[in-house]
Amino acid sequence: MIAFVIRRIIQSIIVIMVVGLVAFVMFRFVGDPVNQMVGLETSIADRELLREQLGLNQPLIVQYWHFISNAAQGDFGTSYQYRRPVSEILGERLPATLELALVSAIFAIAAGIPMGVYTALYRDSVLSNIFLTVSLIGISLPSFLVGILLIFIFSVHLQWLPSFGRGEVVDLGWWSTGLLTATGLKAIILPAITLGLFQMTLIMRLVRSEMMEVLRTDFVKFAKARGLKTRVVHFGHALKNTMIPVITITGLQFGSIIAFAIITETVFQWPGSGLLFLQAVQNVDVPIMAAYLLMIAFLFVLINLIVDVLYVVVDPRIRLEGS
Amino acid sequence: MSDVLLSVRDMVVDFPTRHGLLRAVDHVSFDLSRGEVLGLVGESGAGKSITGAAIIGLIEPPGHISGGTVHLDGSRIDNLGMEEMRRIRGKRVGMVFQDPLTSLNPLYTIAKQLIQTIRTHLDLTEKQARARAIGLLEEVGIPAADKRIDDYPHQFSGGMRQRVVIALALCAGPELIIADEPTTALDVSVQSQIIDVLKRMCAEHGTAVILITHDMGVIAEAADRVAVLYSGRIAEIGPVREVIKQAKHPYTKGLMRSIPTLTQTNDRLTQIPGTMPRITDRPEGCAFAPRCGHVMDICRSQQPATRSVGNCEVACHLETEGGAS
Repeated sequence: MIAFVIRRIIQSIIVIMVVGLVAFVMFRFVGDPVNQMVGLETSIADRELLREQLGLNQPLIVQYWHFISNAAQGDFGTSYQYRRPVSEILGERLPATLELALVSAIFAIAAGIPMGVYTALYRDSVLSNIFLTVSLIGISLPSFLVGILLIFIFSVHLQWLPSFGRGEVVDLGWWSTGLLTATGLKAIILPAITLGLFQMTLIMRLVRSEMMEVLRTDFVKFAKARGLKTRVVHFGHALKNTMIPVITITGLQFGSIIAFAIITETVFQWPGSGLLFLQAVQNVDVPIMAAYLLMIAFLFVLINLIVDVLYVVVDPRIRLEGS
Repeated sequence: MSDVLLSVRDMVVDFPTRHGLLRAVDHVSFDLSRGEVLGLVGESGAGKSITGAAIIGLIEPPGHISGGTVHLDGSRIDNLGMEEMRRIRGKRVGMVFQDPLTSLNPLYTIAKQLIQTIRTHLDLTEKQARARAIGLLEEVGIPAADKRIDDYPHQFSGGMRQRVVIALALCAGPELIIADEPTTALDVSVQSQIIDVLKRMCAEHGTAVILITHDMGVIAEAADRVAVLYSGRIAEIGPVREVIKQAKHPYTKGLMRSIPTLTQTNDRLTQIPGTMPRITDRPEGCAFAPRCGHVMDICRSQQPATRSVGNCEVACHLETEGGAS
């Protein structure tokens, strides 16, 4: 088990290094960083000085090494736009994104799993058909459209919920949270639904198909033939066996939730890292782009690692083969 | 308490499909005494498994029992509600399935599965249920049962798992076990062990068994009586010895002739010409008529009634016509 985790961590580090290389190449070769930082009337001598200061005239491999070792210490350089350390800016923006991602993931799981189970158990009921139709909408509508639709209905027409921003934020020092204030909670509802809707339908359809598969297996028939209560058969025996693929997909989807928050954050003007990234793209703020890329890669790798460990927790067959 | 434990009368099982109604079981009747082992044999698709599933109320929808009655110990069970039927399953009628590799939930220890089943039906504490579970595992021949009970199904071999399955089927002390091909998926060397375990357990607990199989060897070894099914109907039912030695129905005779024996010298096995008719185009009259060597005019137009011949009951016009072959 520990050997397994160590092996996975080493693999993860390699993945991060490769992504780091991509980020570095982008950082170094997308336009000239110096041109981005200076004004039109800066003299050539000043430009060379800046180039020297930034270490841009050193060999590539040395620059890559600096980039990686600085990144490992949380130093992603200075933003061209803000002239402040990237890590500081990301640190301010990340709580908003993670909070949004977490709430929408919880929404996706809490709504998706019961809906999936229900549609698998009562295949022909009216409610199942409604769920399936809704899920079709959730799968096929792009999230920006869903977001705009939700704003139109709940903010413009009904005026129940705010259409942008994060509401009042409580600063805990290292973390700023909107989940402790009423306006913050109200503000997170629409973006969370927008961001989580696709994942919810995905989880629902996955749980449904897995559950229908498991309900046909011999051990479920045998559990029924032993007279176990229907609830126990469905939720104890059947549902637990559908969890492996659901954990995989949910885990990977959590990564995409964070990555795709870009669009939702833009629609709702959510002050998170996605919005920061989009502004960075518009302004060719390469250090922020590179840092964002590395951060997303790190999150994906971390989630994958957690998913692998969770398998072991759920399935005794994996647990015992490892030991 | 009557001597007849299970009485099935004119049971009909239908599956509505797009191509019309499929009659998988067609007016099947038989009785089963306490502690008796009844074999149900027949080709694939003859309706053996459906008969077993129908008794315990586990036919996959849209299939359903559309006629006849099932009485367990004198009270009718085929028209019970879902919840009442659930209480009977496991508690009074147990079931053993074909494939021990897939019959057990891979994510739970066998302790959990046994204790859960025991406590569903019997009013026992966790500790008492565990003690009972260990006792059962010892009875079915699992060595070091008190340790192995905490293992997961994949840590057992196929034969051992089928023993666990039998323990699970018996753990609430049912009066009847329906064993649906309990040895088919097992290694030949393990098959007779499992049949022995099943036979011994049922004899010790006074449990009656319906043994569904297509293996005549298993029937000869384990069953008291045997019912031969053909195309959803009972062709012949009687004591095992008589059916095997003096089969009366031409189908049973053909079946017995097609079993290889050590003394047989010809290279090819005898086979019954043709195949069983699909249940969608079952012929009028006797279903076996197209393949029967003794077919008469009446066989093609009229379904034979079941007649008692000695200790057996046979559904064949030959018997009513006084052996007109």
